[in-house]
Amino acid sequence: INTWRSQFSQLTFIGEIPPKPTGSVTVLPPIKPNDGPQAFPDAEKENLPVFTMDYPRIQIPFEITLWVLLASFAKIGFHVYHKITVWVPESCLLISIGLIVGAIMHSVHEEPPAVLTSNVFFLYMLPPIVLDSGYFMPIRPFFENVGTVLWFAVVGTLWNSIGIGMSLFAICQIEAFGVQDINLQENLLFATIISAVDPVAVLSVFEDVSVNEQLYIVVFGECLFNDAVTVVLYNMFNFVAEMPVVEPVDVFLGVARFFVVGLGGMGFGVLFGFAAAFTTRFTANVREIEPLFIFMYSYLAYLVAELFAISSIMAIVTCALTMKYYVEENVSQRSCTTIRHVIKMLGSISETLIFFFLGVVTITTEHEWNWGYILFTLLFAFVWRGLGVLVLTQIINPFRTIPFNLKDQFGLGYGGLRGAISFALAFTLPDNIGRRQLFITATIAIIIFTVFIQGISIRPLIEFINVRRTNRNLGTINVEVHCRLMEHTIAGIEDLCGQWSHYYWKDKFLKFNNRVLRKILIRDNRAESSIVALYKKLELQNAMEILDTVSGDISAAPSIVSLYEEKKSSAKPKKKFMAADLRNMHDLLSKNMYKIRQRTVAYTRKHALPNESQTKEILMRRHASIRRSLRPGSFQSSVVPKSHKYFSLPAGKSLDSKFPPGRLSHAGKLSKPSLKGCTLYSNQLPHMPYGGLFC
Amino acid sequence: MKISPAHIIRLYDRFEFLDKEGSGQLRLEDFAEVKELAMNPIGDRIIGAFFSPGQETVDFPSFVRILAHFRPTDKNRAKDSTQPEPVNSRTSKLKFAFQLYDQDRDGKISRAELLQVLREMLGMQVTEEQLESIADRAIQEADLDRDDAISFEEFRKSLEKVNIEHKMSIRFLR
Repeated sequence: INTWRSQFSQLTFIGEIPPKPTGSVTVLPPIKPNDGPQAFPDAEKENLPVFTMDYPRIQIPFEITLWVLLASFAKIGFHVYHKITVWVPESCLLISIGLIVGAIMHSVHEEPPAVLTSNVFFLYMLPPIVLDSGYFMPIRPFFENVGTVLWFAVVGTLWNSIGIGMSLFAICQIEAFGVQDINLQENLLFATIISAVDPVAVLSVFEDVSVNEQLYIVVFGECLFNDAVTVVLYNMFNFVAEMPVVEPVDVFLGVARFFVVGLGGMGFGVLFGFAAAFTTRFTANVREIEPLFIFMYSYLAYLVAELFAISSIMAIVTCALTMKYYVEENVSQRSCTTIRHVIKMLGSISETLIFFFLGVVTITTEHEWNWGYILFTLLFAFVWRGLGVLVLTQIINPFRTIPFNLKDQFGLGYGGLRGAISFALAFTLPDNIGRRQLFITATIAIIIFTVFIQGISIRPLIEFINVRRTNRNLGTINVEVHCRLMEHTIAGIEDLCGQWSHYYWKDKFLKFNNRVLRKILIRDNRAESSIVALYKKLELQNAMEILDTVSGDISAAPSIVSLYEEKKSSAKPKKKFMAADLRNMHDLLSKNMYKIRQRTVAYTRKHALPNESQTKEILMRRHASIRRSLRPGSFQSSVVPKSHKYFSLPAGKSLDSKFPPGRLSHAGKLSKPSLKGCTLYSNQLPHMPYGGLFC
Repeated sequence: MKISPAHIIRLYDRFEFLDKEGSGQLRLEDFAEVKELAMNPIGDRIIGAFFSPGQETVDFPSFVRILAHFRPTDKNRAKDSTQPEPVNSRTSKLKFAFQLYDQDRDGKISRAELLQVLREMLGMQVTEEQLESIADRAIQEADLDRDDAISFEEFRKSLEKVNIEHKMSIRFLR
């Protein structure tokens, strides 16, 4: 083709085309390449191109990759200088970088990537984040607080929307602001958009402030579940904004729609969750693609919910909650790890991108600014949320086992940040709303205000008012140690009693679960020893192997044998302790004493997988001390009580198959596990040194 | 005030659930199966508290008797010295905690026993010297008769300002 083209253009250079012969066929005269001036290089001698470039072909994936990389570099960059992330939440930094990039792009008159539409946001960027939140949601605290969560999510959002809408409408009547053309429905619509508390923004701020578990769960849950209300209200007001008159029938339909949206979302979620669990029952032979099912089913739940315009966030969260329990039992250890890591990664990327683009788009969209409207919006958003929290907590506190005090309420109110969801909703406003640009600008203003001002200041404020931190000078070392011991005791007894507390439904569900659900959804449902499951989960097998091969000199692990030796060295002179020493001790204790059931620790690092090192330490230590106490020489001391001697190594029959054969060889002869009663007495030991544990 | 029948039934359900063999008695392994107890730093001690010295199994009445320690204290109980101390009184709760430390049942928490508990409750980064100073200091604070050990009375005295009734109670056992 190229040669033809070049020859053709040569032809035009030459001059006129000779007249066509009248007749049937039109034929161009033969081309004589050697005639006329050689304007182009000799076409027949063109060589094979060594280096070509074809940008348009790869443009879209290339730009996406570059944006993702850029945002990720920003993330790396923040952590290079530690001090920044202490005071400024990551979301603020990302938005700032986005603003800078947006400004650069604006100044060179580039358009932001065309992929940044609200469709992309809702279909591609939001699901990973919500899946991340749902999958790692701490289940027990969540269900203990489910009433409060729903109360705040539903009633709180309603309160906020209607309150802000009405107040703004009142403001609109004032002539001075020049916004009289906004009618009530449009105000309500706008209010709905901006009262949606955003999980992405809130969690990224709360991660830096170690809040207590209750507060975290309630805010977290509220963010996730207010989506149902927001969707309904948004659609309702959207629909209604076009109508001149609102009838009571519409309000009633709105309520009905709310139930459809909320319950429908949950229903779809549970359905897909069970489907995923059931599927993983049969994946024993296709381990490599096991993680895929999790993602596909969750995403499917999301999309199907979007199809029916019901709350997709609730669908995906419920799906993740439902399937996690069963899937993690069915799936191999590696798949489990892969799933967790990939979910975290996707969630992290999405979040980074969202904030980044928020910054970029802020600069590049057209704005319509109206001082009065926007300032009053900020004011009302703040005021109504505060009032809402106060009133709602008063009502719900009597029903709570742990009532919210004022500090918690402050955290709840002040922690209501708006974020990308409001932003995307603003962009999907239909064009027939007159003041669309104003709404978009106002939304962006609110988001930036809450994320920056509230986000940065929440940490110092919470530290300032939070006296729940252990007061260092209160109490002696004795009190601190003994109190922690008592807390562990209570936690242990509660766990022993099985948390049945006074929840009738939970009991019922657990029974149903054990009898029916587990049989259907879990492959191979023998009553696997829960200890084995725990060890598997913590991947302690490798650790144990190492412990075994190193011949017992683990200096960090405490030894029960030393109990005997200690008694000799009692004649030490009394030490004098300075105040500084005491302070150090208190410090040491508060930092290093194991926390109860790892409650708050797990939730404060949002971007990390749950930290299980505390559990690993405890278990390894116990394992090491058991090993040590089993050495033949160590039984001179009759001081060692029986209760120290055994423990938590499983009585399950299948245990020896879980551990590699190497460890059994340490035990020498191991009799086949038919023994159930594994109490150890010193007289048994010579016969079954190590294997006695593994019966 | 007795435990309500509904609670007893629930506790019995739980007892049966833990008793994997159906023998009507709980053994060490049954307790060990509860994985949260395995993750508890003093899990062994808690389990040990259920077994009387020399016993290898726990029957249901003993199970309930130990758990009864954690019922909330009846504040209105008249101090009647002729009746035996109820099992959920402040003193009894303190005694329970004391016995978690005092594994050899000699009535005193020796320095070694305290050190052992500290080892179990603190992370691995804490050095042995630090542990020993903490233990020394604790004994110094509480030990009034200078025998380098903490007796039950000294233990009780050191915790006189702490609300034991609240700390060592489980609300749902009311």
